[in-house]
Amino acid sequence: MPRLSATSRHAVSFVLNGRSTTADAEPRMLLTDFLRHVLGLTGTHVGCEHGVCGACTIHIDGQPARACLTLAVQVDGASVRTIEDLAPEPGRLSVLQAAFRRHHALQCGFCTPGMLMSLDAYLAANPEPDEAELRKYLSGHLCRCTGYVPIVAAALDAAKRLREDTANA
Amino acid sequence: MKPPPFDYVRAATLAEAHAVLATEGTDARIIAGGQTLVPMLSMRLARPRVLIDIMRLPELATIEESAGSIHVGAGVRQAELLAWPDLASRQPLLAAALPWVGHAQTRSRGTVCGSVAHADPSAEIPLVLVALGGSIVLSTRRRQRTVAAEQFFIGSLSTDRRDEELIAAVLFPCAPPEHGYAFREFGRRHGDFAVTACAALVTPERVRLAVGGVADRPVAREWGALAGSALDDALNEFAYDLDARDDLHATARFRRDLVRQLGREVIMEARRCLA
Amino acid sequence: MSVQSQAWTGRSIERVEDAALLTGLGRYIDDLGVPSGTLHAAILRSPHPHAKIEAVRAAAAAALPGVAAVITGDDIVRLTTSLPVGVRASIKCWPMAVDRVRYVGEPVAVVVAVDRYVAEDALDLIEVGYRLLAAIVDPRAALEPEAPRLHESLDSNIASERCFRYGDPEAAFAKAAHRIGIDVHYPRNSCTPLETYGVVASYSPGEDAYDILSGFQGPFSIHSVIARALKVPGNRLRLRTPPDSGGSFGIKQGVFPYLVLMGVASRVAGRPVKWVEDRLEHLTGSVSATNRATRIEAAVDADGRVRALAWDQIEDVGAHIRAPEPATLYRMHGNLTGAYDVRHVAVRNRVVVTNKTPTGLNRGFGGPQVYYALERLMQRIALELKLDPLEVIRRNLVPSKAFPYRTATGALLDSGNYQQALEVAARDGGLAELRARRDAARREGKLYGIGFAAVVEPSVSNMGYITTALTPEERAKAGPKNGAQATATISIDPLGTVSAHIASVPQGQGHRTVLAQVIADQLGLKPADIFVVAEMDTARDAWSIASGNYSSRFAAAVCGAAHIAAARLRAKLARIAAAQLNVSAEEIEFAGGKVQARGNPDNALAFARLAATSHWAPGALPSDVDQAFRETAFWTPPELTAPTESDEVNSSLCHGFIFDICGLEVDRVTGAVRIDKYVTMHDCGRVLHPGMVAGQITGGFAHALGAALYEEYAYAPDGSFLAGTFADYLVPTCMEVPAPLILHIETPSPFTPLGAKGVGEGNCMSTPVCVANAVADALGIADIDLPLTPAKLAATLQRVEPPPPPRAVAAALPAGKGRALHGAGEARVAAAPEAVWSALLDTRVLASIIPGCHDVEQVSATHFRADVTLGVGPVKGRYRAEVKLEDLVPPQSATLIGSAVGALGSAVGKGSVRLSGDDVGGTVISYEYDAEIGGKAAAVGGRLLDGAARIVIRQFFEALARRVAGTAAPAWRLWLDRLLARFRGRP
Repeated sequence: MPRLSATSRHAVSFVLNGRSTTADAEPRMLLTDFLRHVLGLTGTHVGCEHGVCGACTIHIDGQPARACLTLAVQVDGASVRTIEDLAPEPGRLSVLQAAFRRHHALQCGFCTPGMLMSLDAYLAANPEPDEAELRKYLSGHLCRCTGYVPIVAAALDAAKRLREDTANA
Repeated sequence: MKPPPFDYVRAATLAEAHAVLATEGTDARIIAGGQTLVPMLSMRLARPRVLIDIMRLPELATIEESAGSIHVGAGVRQAELLAWPDLASRQPLLAAALPWVGHAQTRSRGTVCGSVAHADPSAEIPLVLVALGGSIVLSTRRRQRTVAAEQFFIGSLSTDRRDEELIAAVLFPCAPPEHGYAFREFGRRHGDFAVTACAALVTPERVRLAVGGVADRPVAREWGALAGSALDDALNEFAYDLDARDDLHATARFRRDLVRQLGREVIMEARRCLA
Repeated sequence: MSVQSQAWTGRSIERVEDAALLTGLGRYIDDLGVPSGTLHAAILRSPHPHAKIEAVRAAAAAALPGVAAVITGDDIVRLTTSLPVGVRASIKCWPMAVDRVRYVGEPVAVVVAVDRYVAEDALDLIEVGYRLLAAIVDPRAALEPEAPRLHESLDSNIASERCFRYGDPEAAFAKAAHRIGIDVHYPRNSCTPLETYGVVASYSPGEDAYDILSGFQGPFSIHSVIARALKVPGNRLRLRTPPDSGGSFGIKQGVFPYLVLMGVASRVAGRPVKWVEDRLEHLTGSVSATNRATRIEAAVDADGRVRALAWDQIEDVGAHIRAPEPATLYRMHGNLTGAYDVRHVAVRNRVVVTNKTPTGLNRGFGGPQVYYALERLMQRIALELKLDPLEVIRRNLVPSKAFPYRTATGALLDSGNYQQALEVAARDGGLAELRARRDAARREGKLYGIGFAAVVEPSVSNMGYITTALTPEERAKAGPKNGAQATATISIDPLGTVSAHIASVPQGQGHRTVLAQVIADQLGLKPADIFVVAEMDTARDAWSIASGNYSSRFAAAVCGAAHIAAARLRAKLARIAAAQLNVSAEEIEFAGGKVQARGNPDNALAFARLAATSHWAPGALPSDVDQAFRETAFWTPPELTAPTESDEVNSSLCHGFIFDICGLEVDRVTGAVRIDKYVTMHDCGRVLHPGMVAGQITGGFAHALGAALYEEYAYAPDGSFLAGTFADYLVPTCMEVPAPLILHIETPSPFTPLGAKGVGEGNCMSTPVCVANAVADALGIADIDLPLTPAKLAATLQRVEPPPPPRAVAAALPAGKGRALHGAGEARVAAAPEAVWSALLDTRVLASIIPGCHDVEQVSATHFRADVTLGVGPVKGRYRAEVKLEDLVPPQSATLIGSAVGALGSAVGKGSVRLSGDDVGGTVISYEYDAEIGGKAAAVGGRLLDGAARIVIRQFFEALARRVAGTAAPAWRLWLDRLLARFRGRP
């Protein structure tokens, strides 16, 4: 039985943004620190480290999850997706990202990666969200700049455009 | 706000998990979804010597219906139970309460049994378990025992689990044929810990009300088919018996009011649902 | 098409900032690379509100592998001087505790180590000996002569006191038909940004210079404060900011003591040091708005016309008066009459210190505190005189023809039409319909109310207003302070493209986009052609003490300065072009990336080619043009003069106007507030970017709603901090924030280059009181303080609680002083009282029954010391416990006095134990206790404490029973089972 000792680093192998990745972490290392400071993906932000603010939300095995409530060693074998993988290609924005920009749904942008990762998963599963349900879902995220109004508008607009894209495809 | 050092065991078999628990006892903690344990580690409120990850054990990852109960294994995440197609038909009270557990972004990782193990007095899953008269399956290397939920929750963060035991599963009794149910919760914001949560289960003859967020654990009480002022009196007595306390978010008096008012509302709603 | 119609300014273009922020490529402080060898700091903080530090034992921490240094108060005293204080008071202000802690969360030691994890491990190894002192939390109580004193160098807790008189308030009050007053307490709250503080500091011993990167937002007057504290000349302190900020709202001004602290840490460790604050530290130890106790009275005519105001403000700045405090109090000094034409004002201002975290900038800065008092008073006047509250507001507004209007206390209101704003708000905001809705709701028995608030929103602070806290004589001695220098630099590179450097330190507001619009308009370019650099570097940029991001100065001051710099550059370029195109400079137009002769687009030059001329061919420039590739504009408004000898002060340059209407319903059962409709009318002068203005208003509204309904940095009366996590400090989510209806009128400011005024803070001033007025209207109550929590509102409904049934547990426990725990219980032991008694006094027995006891030391026959490990569920910690027994009546009763101190917090308590024989030869032990819990446990786990304490105490008696009876305590089990059976209702 493998017992990973507290005092050494251990290889964590997982799929990160579609690529097989291996890096070392002590058992106690938070996934936020692992992504940001070991792997250099600083788009996942740290706002509270106790799971309330949502700034660190990423996808683990396709589901939105708090990176700050996860140990790096827990994602061994999992598939992780972060904000760095959301745009279709460098220099282009996804439909959701573009809607955020159009609606001024961000100011300081610190909560934005978490919001986007959450919404990306939500809109994939709920292509026709109603505002009440969407708000309930988004209540797992804090934003201190926008007052949420443009975020909700951007998400609904993105949903509409994604539906149109699907219909046209 | 970083966790203190600890060893980490990714159990490949249930026997391995039991073995570590047997040797380390109180210095070992099970980690499943980690949604409560990890922040407690980060705040250094918890200082286990070793964490035992049980999420790779297929035998704990199942939801099954048998002998009139829904059997939810320790590896089942809250979102998985919520998505279980039979949930609303087999146990509508659980289906009504689960969306109130944290947020979608934490239910995706948090487990049903983890919430039970943590025993937060405001948590919804322990409340439902007590309301339904459910039970908890505890296992060690050598034996297994089943404890009624009402005996399991001892107090704030305290349960009847012994150091060498792990929660293997929890059992939610399926809804009986003729019954009504209702769940309501009042918190400061959506997704907050409940200031008061009420779950009611009624049959033509009986009323059962469970309350969370008021005493130091979820507490249920059962009456005959009370109505009118007799029901008010019963709720009032229950409200006082829960020994509510003041805290930052609400006064004891406010909590007693909520028990009386929300309690009555859920019972009425459950009766409408029965009719 | 004319140039005018193509203007970029005034359009909601997409932000240049967003592409990076949306793709995870923002560059916030914690994202940037650091110099190799950089170490990481963690801070040990006080768990006590007030205590003398007797010893800091850090040897074990320093010896931990990976630890480079431990910094304590001694290092701070050795390497720095006290932070300068803005009032004449004999008071020291250090960035870390020096021999005394004065608030929960005050830094006590800094560990510098290879990473943050190890640094925190080392914090656990530091032992601090504290001698607890009585704490004071309430600002009124702090004034009492016998109140515990925070600073021995002061002869009271008052750090500053001033009285002011404008006009003839005594006569006005004597003449008035009515004298109407109210008392309000404005609570502590914080617009707490999602990104916490961060600092990377390095010290160069060779040059005795500090280079510090941080999210500090300004004002850069604080540069002088830091340089003085670090004992270096200004030119040896280089402050830099990262490109992106995760929000501030004023709060990141409060990072500055940590700049000093980390500077010292770097100097001691001999390496660069990085510190990123965590959320628990932030909520406990970073700045917030001041809490304030205010008595305000008005002299009122029979028709509701206010003739005079009398203010008595007690400002609580926390444990230290930290720069720029008492600015929160004086920022509004010119505006103490709000939107009203009141010529007589009396003011008494007292600034007190209490055992709470020091305060600082916070969105709205002083406005929420002032308007909460003033606008609640206006509603009260209407109520007492049975007038329509809206009519009382309308009757008192500054007349529309009176602008610019000098207020009694010295502000010069630049422009406005308050009457028109009210009219449009009522009309377009649907007030008539809202009133009909209220009437209908009330007919159905609902608690529906409507509130109003009229607010003048000051912006672009006068750097001299804070000196109003000094007497005219003290000011004369110190020399005049005034103005609001804004700077902007625009430069052109050899390829003829345009960059701008600004010292506005944006915190997410989109400064780069708006500046690009403003500059593009001057130079006939597209915003995308302009590259704006917004990160600040005091070693290279043009800056002044007024630089930074505060007092909503961006649109009015910084955009104005950029506009001036662009206009100057344009004028020079026009002269160069005129020479080349053979027309006069007046005939040159800039449009579409070209510079051309008016009416002759063929006679044109590409902008880039012309703009590069100064680089490539300076000899070809006309003789009256020195260069045309770099212009720095400095702009300060002449209206911002120093306070006069009679203490009149134009505290701000611009004055926007807001009028809010709120309709809401209070739930009869839960006391929860549901905002039905919120209308907010703004006049912020010329709007430069409507989308961003809407964003500022909506965001400010959300902050204000938080302050009104949810958020409070709550302290227990004993000084424990209670809101240490986001589970207890409740920030509104999208479920709690409705969309406000935003309306505008525009009266451009005559005092700013673009006619713009600030807009970011107004709703933090107007919305809390507007919501409170609506709640007061709904409930028909006179007094109400924030936050308007359901429990508080439900309590005002004055329902009589049904009495407890005879056999139920006593309901009314005495009110506690602190984060108090009360409990009582009973245990049965199968042994005689004498045996139980002797067990309680036996060290060996105690050692075996105190939960988690390692070691008991008997100090005297009735005094024990023990090391205990206490745990409830996974929460486990080691404590040093002391127990004394008093009032011994063998074998019947005793009083236990105990305390426990550990990393998770501290507890002090008192309990009584009674032994009585039962009829089967056993003993009934009954006990009662009161305890107060402080430190981390209270701050992060208050909700769970009662239950936890009960369990530990139960464990103790269970063990006692087991030990004395020599059994597994079946009596105890029986008792528990009976209890459980009762709960199940099946006896």
